[in-house]
Formats: sequence, structure tokens, C-alpha cells
Amino acid sequence: MFETLTEKFQRAFKNLRGQGKLTEEHLDVALGEIRDALLEGDVNLKVADELLASIRAKALGSEVMLQLSPDQQVVKIVRDELGSLLGDQSKPRYAAKPPSVWLIVGLQGSGKTTTTGKIGRWLQHNGHRPLVVSTDVYRPAAREQLAQVARGAGVACFPAANLSQPLDIARAALREAKLSASDVVLVDTAGRLHIDDELMAELAELKKELQPAEILFIADAMIGQDAVRSAGEFHRRLGLTGIALTKLDGDARGGAALSIRKVTGAPVKFVGLGEKYDALEPFYPDRIVSRILGMGDMLSLIERAEQTLDRRKAEDLAKKLRREEFSLEDFRDQLQQVKKMGSLEQLVGMLPKIGPLQNLPKDLDVDERRLKRVEAIINSMTAAERADHHLIDGKRRKRIARGSGTTVQDVNDVLKQYMEMRRMIKQYGALGRMKGRGLGKLGSPS
Amino acid sequence: MITLFGPPEPTLAERLKKSVSRTREVLTMPLGELLAGGQKIDEALLKKLETALLSADLGVRTTREVLAALREEAEQQKITDSGQVRAELKKKLSGILCAPAARNGTVESAPMVIFVVGVNGTGKTTTIGKLANRLRKDNRSVLLCAADTFRAAAVEQLEIWARRNGIEMVRQKTGADPAAVVFDGLAAARARGVDVVIVDTAGRLHTKSNLMAELEKMKRTAAKQVAGAPHEVLLVLDATTGQNGLAQAREFTEHAGVTGLVLTKLDGTAKGGIAVAIVRELGLPIRFVGTGEQIDDLLPFDAATFVNSLLD
Ligand SMILES: Nc1nc2c(ncn2[C@@H]2O[C@H](COP(=O)(O)OP(=O)(O)OP(=O)(O)O)[C@@H](O)[C@H]2O)c(=O)[nH]1
Ligand SMILES: Nc1nc2c(ncn2[C@@H]2O[C@H](COP(=O)(O)OP(=O)(O)OP(=O)(O)O)[C@@H](O)[C@H]2O)c(=O)[nH]1
Ligand SMILES: [Mg+2]
Ligand SMILES: [Mg+2]
Repeated sequence: MFETLTEKFQRAFKNLRGQGKLTEEHLDVALGEIRDALLEGDVNLKVADELLASIRAKALGSEVMLQLSPDQQVVKIVRDELGSLLGDQSKPRYAAKPPSVWLIVGLQGSGKTTTTGKIGRWLQHNGHRPLVVSTDVYRPAAREQLAQVARGAGVACFPAANLSQPLDIARAALREAKLSASDVVLVDTAGRLHIDDELMAELAELKKELQPAEILFIADAMIGQDAVRSAGEFHRRLGLTGIALTKLDGDARGGAALSIRKVTGAPVKFVGLGEKYDALEPFYPDRIVSRILGMGDMLSLIERAEQTLDRRKAEDLAKKLRREEFSLEDFRDQLQQVKKMGSLEQLVGMLPKIGPLQNLPKDLDVDERRLKRVEAIINSMTAAERADHHLIDGKRRKRIARGSGTTVQDVNDVLKQYMEMRRMIKQYGALGRMKGRGLGKLGSPS
Repeated sequence: MITLFGPPEPTLAERLKKSVSRTREVLTMPLGELLAGGQKIDEALLKKLETALLSADLGVRTTREVLAALREEAEQQKITDSGQVRAELKKKLSGILCAPAARNGTVESAPMVIFVVGVNGTGKTTTIGKLANRLRKDNRSVLLCAADTFRAAAVEQLEIWARRNGIEMVRQKTGADPAAVVFDGLAAARARGVDVVIVDTAGRLHTKSNLMAELEKMKRTAAKQVAGAPHEVLLVLDATTGQNGLAQAREFTEHAGVTGLVLTKLDGTAKGGIAVAIVRELGLPIRFVGTGEQIDDLLPFDAATFVNSLLD
């Protein structure tokens, strides 16, 4: 089906191999591919074109680095450029004198109410005393929703049952926060269109009254080209201080992060990764860059690996990945590591769902019992079989099944999974080389 | 047989126009001028067209193919003036959008069962409230089935829409098996001789296989209760959605057997161009468009109006 950007890129640069020099012509072909990738990733057209212009200038003006091939150099410039647009990680802001007010705003259905609950929980876990309040007096059951969300997230919620004006509700919540010594008040607001003058004015009024330390724009990661318009208008009228990008647990590339950052200048501070209240993370610019480009969330995979894998194993694996060797024994070790690292599904979720990876089983769940069975099966193989799965013919499969107390079907399944994983690994290897960094650094945090 | 979907109403053009005119305050798209006529068709013109189509979220591929066809016609001198480009482009896009035939199953015996599905926050529950209103106006008896047992206050939200419509809603406790709610809902509808049951489902990302399997189970439950159910599976798509819309439509079609699309939030400035790519690839008809949060802000889809707003 669709070629991955990596593949397109390799094709664009194929003739260049050995030549070692970047010509303008080659560069433009490559930049064309990158433009498509950015657009398919929902980066706004204008933003993409501006980025490309500056990437082009940098690429042409750049010193040729001998250790990098031309395609790697271009990828590096692209990555750096996107990364610098997104900026570094950015900390939330608090008022000099508590309580701090955080105003939660955005289009309809973007995830404001859910994110309010998640941020409340996050604050609480970080030693704060948050109070949440809904000023959504319009949408059916909106206030009831926040009350239930707060209960689920274990956060205090100001009910304001007898008030009907957003401003009155917010004022009352602020008073309550002072009484109850809450230090952050999260004000959920009704979803609204940026062109709805009356409701935008309402937000401006809330801002004037509450003097919020943060005005967070909650954006759906699936949003397309229009993101610049809506975010731009919210920013013009309110002065946004931060962005939260929701629903990143799906397969949306999230290119809107670049667009929104560009038009508002406000940093992405949080990302939402699910409907549960703990599915909130700080924003890592590196991850979204590789995601937008469709090169997989390698960095976050690596980071997670760094945290859990012990260093020697990691270095070994890195070597194997580079050489694209990956035996059944490594497979078994990997599964054991995966147990420590979180579910395989989570890991697989960070890889691009394109190219060879799209056929991966959707939920490679590794429950304990299945894992035990896999281990038993691999343990029943001979060392030679583990090193080279091609040896394992029908007869050997029967033997292995008997030895591990499983069926031939089970053995087949394990071999299939192993081969699937090998394919994935191959892809990592290719990516690692592509990016001219990455997997080589698996064991050494950068 | 029950038909739900009448011809476009006269208010459609006006209503979309209203939203489009609000749009112009924010955005000045020179395309109208550009296509006024009197200019020759050159690369610069095609480039501007590309910009317009990409900005409307049609996507790289659809845009490229539509433009390639136009370029070819220009080369063959079938079209020579920029004014013709507009007409030709409209014809092409309308052609794509009008092509799909209705896919809904025939209803042999009442009730007709409609599932409303989609990713999180697109406007499913609100659309159900509006759709029930349309059906009521058409003198159909409607029952709502609150099968989103997951999201906070989803049931309460639908209940308010039921009350606004003066109709009944079947519910169970939060956390209940949604298939069990479907079972109850259809049983109640049959017992009461209701014409149409609309099932609200929890928002779910198309990448979550367990949640997609849950939808399949709900469908099986419906089919056991009422022959041919669900007769209609409406995928609710947010017009602000970008290229991910295509993946959504593919997965929901595969797992839930989508029969038609509803494009919501067209009252904003987003054009919903990804719908063109979806219709083209999957052959799904767009049934309705959502143009606001009020009960009567749901209109039958009209290709001409939609295409005009894409090119405005
Ligand atoms: N998968 C996923 N779903 C999310 C995420 N954040 C929010 N949602 C879901 O998105 C839908 C809309 O979320 P809400 O919090 O109600 O959105 P809202 O912006 O408050 O909506 P309005 O108040 O109606 O404008 C719900 O189904 C949420 O469960 C996320 O990070 N991942
Ligand atoms: N402007 C506008 N807003 C809409 C439209 N349709 C729905 N909404 C709003 O979008 C938000 C989400 O709508 P819901 O009906 O709750 O969406 P849902 O798909 O049921 O959400 P989940 O069940 O959480 O997945 C609400 O604030 C609605 O009022 C529309 O056509 N135009
Ligand atoms: Mg809300
Ligand atoms: Mg809903």
C-alpha cells in the first residue's frame, strides 16, 4: 500500500549513494516527499511550506558531514528543524500567590472535561490541592460529566448547582478554593467555535476576572488544516499559554501540534493518551517529530528501554539490531523484558502503522500464561534451533510441542510471532541507520 | 418500508451560507476571484487550486488526482478559461460525492435499528438528539438506547436529548455491557411497537481492537433481536478532522459495517474535505451534516452546497 517515508526517502536518495554529495535536484525530490509526509500528517500547508524553505536553505548551506550520508543529513536537518519549532519541554505556570487559576478552553469535543480531570489528578499526584469546576452551562449534562470525572480521578469538584452564569460559577469556585486552601483551580469551559463572537467574549471576560496563570488550549490530535484558524483565533482573543494535545493514543500523526505551535507560539504542555484519568503525559517534542514524519516513535521506545533494560542487555540488543541478527533466544529475552517495560501493545503502538508494520497483529498481548508457554516452547528447542529457526521443520515442531507440553499449533504461533518481531526489528535497524543515531545509543541515554 | 431520508430542504443552502459568511470574516480565500474567469489556465492557477483543496483537508492524494484530471482536460483544450475550471472542478467533486448509493438494509418489520458510531467527541450523542427530532417531525415513534455505558455522564446527556424530544430512553447502570443495553433497548422497542431505535455508542478510537470487537458484539445482539438489524450504521465524522478521518472510516466500515456518514461541526471554518477522500475510497454516502448544537441543526447532505463551500 503506502510507502513509508523512510522508503520514499531511500528511493529518492538511491542514485546518490556513493556519490556522497547533495545536489539541489536530489534535495528537492526529497523535500517533495517530506512535504507530502507533513501534509499527510496534518501539518498546515503554509506551516509546512515555511518549514521546507528553511530546511532547504539549511541543507544547502550546511557543511557536509563525512560521517553522515546525504539522506541522513537531510533527515537530521528536518528533525532538528521540526524539533526547534516545537521547542523544549515547558513547565506549567503557577500564580505568585495561590490559588492559581488554569482556564481550560477549546473547540467542541476536543477533550476539555476529560483533560481537566486528568490534570487535576496529575496536580494532586504532584503535591497540589486542585479544585475543578465546570462553567459549561450549555451542553446537556456537561456539569454532571465533570462531577463524575472528578470523582473518578479522585479530585475535588465545586458543584455550583444553584448558579447559572459562567462568571458567577467561577467566582464562587475561587472563593471556595481560598476557603478550602486549594492551590490550583481548574476551570472547565464549554466547547465553542472560534468564530462564535459571543462565546469567545465570554472567555475573555472569564480571563479578565480570574487572571489565570495558564490558559490551556485543548486540541484533538486528529484535527486537520483548520487547526491554525481555530487555535489562532483562540490565541488572538485570549493569549494562550499552553496546549494539550488529546487522543494521541490513536494513529493520528498529530501534525497539528506544529501548526498550533507556529500560530500561537504556545508550547505543548500535556498530551492525552486515553480515556482513563491517568492517561496524561508531559510532552516530548522528539516523539511527536518522529510520529509526524511517520518514522515511528523510536525515541520514546528507546527511552522506555533505557529505563528498564539493564545496560549490558541493551548494548547487546543494540548490536544485534544493527546487525539485524535476532535469534529465538533474543526473542525470549525480549518478551521477558517487555514484561518489565509495559505491554507489547503499548510498545507497538509507538511504531508507525504503515509499511511492513501495518500487518502486525493489533494486540500482541503478553499475558503471563502465554508468556510462560512461549518460554516453555523456546526452552524445549535445541541451541542450534534457537540460533536458526529455519532448522525447525515439522518433525522438530512435534518434538518441541511434546517437550513443552503444548501443541504444534502453539509452536507455529510462537514461530510466527518471532518472525513478525524479526521483521519489526529489521525495520528498527533500517530506521536506526536512517536517522544516523538512535539505536546505537540504546544503552547510553543522550 | 420506512424511509428516513427525504430530499434536501431549502434551508440547507441558507444555513451553510450563514456559517460560510461567518467564515469569511476570519479568512479571505482568493479562490472565488481566482476562478472568476478571463484568465488562462497555467501552473500558477493550478498551484492555487492545489492550495485551496489541500487547505480544505482533501488530502495529498485526492487533490493530486483531481488536479491531474483537470490538467489533462486543459491540455486537450477541453477547458481553456479559468471560469470553466471552477465548473469542471465542481462537477468532478460532486460526481464523487453523489456516486454512492444508499447502503442501508431494508426494514422488513419494525423497528428500524440505527447504530451511531465514531471516534471520541465527534458529535454522536448530539446527532442522535437531532436525528430523533427529524424522525419525530416525520411522525415516527423513536426510542433511544443508551449503550455508551463507559463515558462519564454519557447516559445523562442522552437522557436530556430524549426528554427534549419527548421520547423514551432505555438505560442500564454505568459500566454495564453495552450489548446488554442493546438487547434491552430492542426488546422494549418491539414490545412497544416503536418505529425506530437509535443506539448511542461510546466514542472509540478505531485502532482499539477490543473496542471494535465490542461494537461487533453489539451488532450481533441486535441482529438476534430484529431481523436485518442494524439497518443503518452511521459513522459520525467531525469536519475538523484531517487525514486520520480516512483510517477511521476504513476501520469502522470493516468492523461495524458503516452504511453512511454524518459530517458534524460544519458551522465552523473547517471544510470537511476528508469526506471527499472517504466517499471516493469507500463509496459511503454522506447522509447528514451537523451545523450547530441545537436540536434542528441537522440537515440532509447536499453535494452542491457542500462543494460550493469547499471552493468558496
Ligand atoms: N482515546 C482518547 N479519548 C479521549 C482523550 N481525551 C478525551 N477523550 C474522549 O473524548 C471525548 C470527548 O471528551 P470531553 O472531555 O467530553 O470533551 P470536551 O472538550 O469537554 O467536550 P465538550 O465539552 O462537549 O466541548 C470523550 O469520549 C472522552 O472520553 C484521549 O486522550 N484519548
Ligand atoms: N458546533 C457544533 N458543535 C457540535 C455539533 N455536533 C455536536 N457538537 C458538539 O460537539 C461536542 C461533542 O458532542 P457529543 O454529541 O457529546 O459527541 P460524542 O461523539 O457523543 O462524544 P463521545 O460520546 O464522548 O465520544 C458537544 O459539545 C456538542 O454540542 C455541530 O454540528 N456543530
Ligand atoms: Mg466538556
Ligand atoms: Mg456520546
